Amino acid sequence: MNIDRHTLSQLLLGLLLFAGAAISSVYLDNYKLQVFTSLAMVCVLCWGWNIVGGYMGYPSLATIAFFGVGAYVDGIAQAHGLPVGAAWLCAAIAGAVVAVLMGFALLRLRGHYFAIGTIATVEVCREVSSNWTELTGGAIGLNLPIQAGSPDFIGRFFFLAMLILALIAFLVTVVVHCSRFGFGLRCIRQNEQAAAMVGINVFRYKVIAFMLSGILASSAGGIYASMVAFIEPKDAFNLIMTIEVPVMVMLGGMGSIFGPLIGGVFYVILREFVWAYFINWHSGILGIIIVSVIYFLPKGALGVKWKSIFPYAKASSGAACGKGVIS
Amino acid sequence: MALGQYLINGLLQGGLYACLAVGFALVWGVLNVVNMLHGAMVVLGAYFTLYGAQKLGLPLYVVMPAVCAVIFLVGYGIQRGLINRVIGQPILITLTLTFGLELIVNNLILHFFTATPQSLIVSLGAIEFAGIRIPIVRIGGMVTAGMLTLLLYWLLYHSRLGRAIIAVRMDRHASALMGIRIPQIYALTFGIGAFMAAAAGCAIALIYPVTPMMSGLFLGKAFVICVLGGLGSVPGAIVGGIVLGLVEGVGTLALGPQWATSMGFLLMMAVIILFPSGLAGKKGYE
Repeated sequence: MNIDRHTLSQLLLGLLLFAGAAISSVYLDNYKLQVFTSLAMVCVLCWGWNIVGGYMGYPSLATIAFFGVGAYVDGIAQAHGLPVGAAWLCAAIAGAVVAVLMGFALLRLRGHYFAIGTIATVEVCREVSSNWTELTGGAIGLNLPIQAGSPDFIGRFFFLAMLILALIAFLVTVVVHCSRFGFGLRCIRQNEQAAAMVGINVFRYKVIAFMLSGILASSAGGIYASMVAFIEPKDAFNLIMTIEVPVMVMLGGMGSIFGPLIGGVFYVILREFVWAYFINWHSGILGIIIVSVIYFLPKGALGVKWKSIFPYAKASSGAACGKGVIS
Repeated sequence: MALGQYLINGLLQGGLYACLAVGFALVWGVLNVVNMLHGAMVVLGAYFTLYGAQKLGLPLYVVMPAVCAVIFLVGYGIQRGLINRVIGQPILITLTLTFGLELIVNNLILHFFTATPQSLIVSLGAIEFAGIRIPIVRIGGMVTAGMLTLLLYWLLYHSRLGRAIIAVRMDRHASALMGIRIPQIYALTFGIGAFMAAAAGCAIALIYPVTPMMSGLFLGKAFVICVLGGLGSVPGAIVGGIVLGLVEGVGTLALGPQWATSMGFLLMMAVIILFPSGLAGKKGYE
């Protein structure tokens, strides 16, 4: 663990942002709270994916499998009478277990086979959840108990819960970014054989990274399920979401601390806008966004060389450039 | 006799699956791109067939080749204009690009053909043989699909174009040195993949009702078959298709139809984990 000044300033900036978001929850109305909660959730998923996809360079498409497992475990635990907090803990533990088991099987694969293996787990999870009617309620879905309290209070409660999870995800990312572990993951991304040769226990690193990603995603799923109080297989294991998450991280910048946050914020704002004005064309427009990200921002917003786009800003003030290039 | 019926159904389905997957396998093997657009091409083929046969009232033997030709051109254009620019980049890029294109194509299908299931179910009667019932349309579909797959096999192994495609699959750089125009071969290969998808779509339009939502289902089948059969191998796709058809047929009998899709995926995951290069695949495409 060695934090340089640059990372430290990023950490402080992040903590300030989180404090600001927590304070702002007092003033927001219910619609904005809901948008902010989904934003926090998306950021958790992005930070979780970033550990595997960004730092380690494995094209994982299993994020939503973990998310859905978390949602269902939370639902089933609450149906058996556990309180909300305990149910969330169960969701996180289930995510870890599933991720380790899946990791042992899938992390031996590379490239396309890994990507396809992880997509297949989403499909299998969805089929299992829609066919195992006694446990999951099948295709009809599962109703969760609605939390007691006024709508205003519940909205803030879930927003803060998701925000705390996002803070955890952020801190985990910072730790991964500066630790020996993160260094090992970056070595694996660049050359796995070479990483093994210099003494990194490649398989263990990969499984641990996968597990961290799984815990974050399944906890987000657990909180999400308690919040919406109803889950169904199509919603919990949404195949579009599983590709949206990597796109968001790509939009921001892979393998960086703030990339997932920037990509997530940008994407959620865009999505709200598209949903509001172009409901019939939303999937087409999402497709266009995905395609244009790949052509125009392949390294994400953080990877753009702003100085080469705005050469005059460099001479006048470094601060203007500094805003764009956080990482 | 139920088992025999399910086996025959599985075999007929398998022929269709082979046609569905062979284009996907070819694109994966030659371009090293997992083509998420494949399912949408199948659905597009099915809808064009419906449109040609119902709205324009043309006979099927005119509609089908026309549809396949149009979709070949669509595929050629997409590869030439869009995918060729990102070829050779990390998997995540090509995968998400084709997924984005799939969203666009699917949205267009939804807009122009609506989400209502449409069908052109043709009934030509059935053959009864030892208590097993075989609808003639399904035999026709399977024979057409099988013939096209064999034709593709012949094309790959006995024509100049086919030899060039195989050469590019083996070693892109060496084949460029031999004077093969790589972007052209990539575009033609993608076009052939789209052509086979459209052919499968035509056959499917004759047998099942079609909805735009089916593209994910077809894509999933293509994944499974491709992994079972190995990458870019035409015989592999045929074997994989028939195996999947039989497994689904027998699985439906044993566990009920709702588990059919999961069984295919579980089979695929088992194969991926046990044989990381496919049952009939060669090393080197991981």
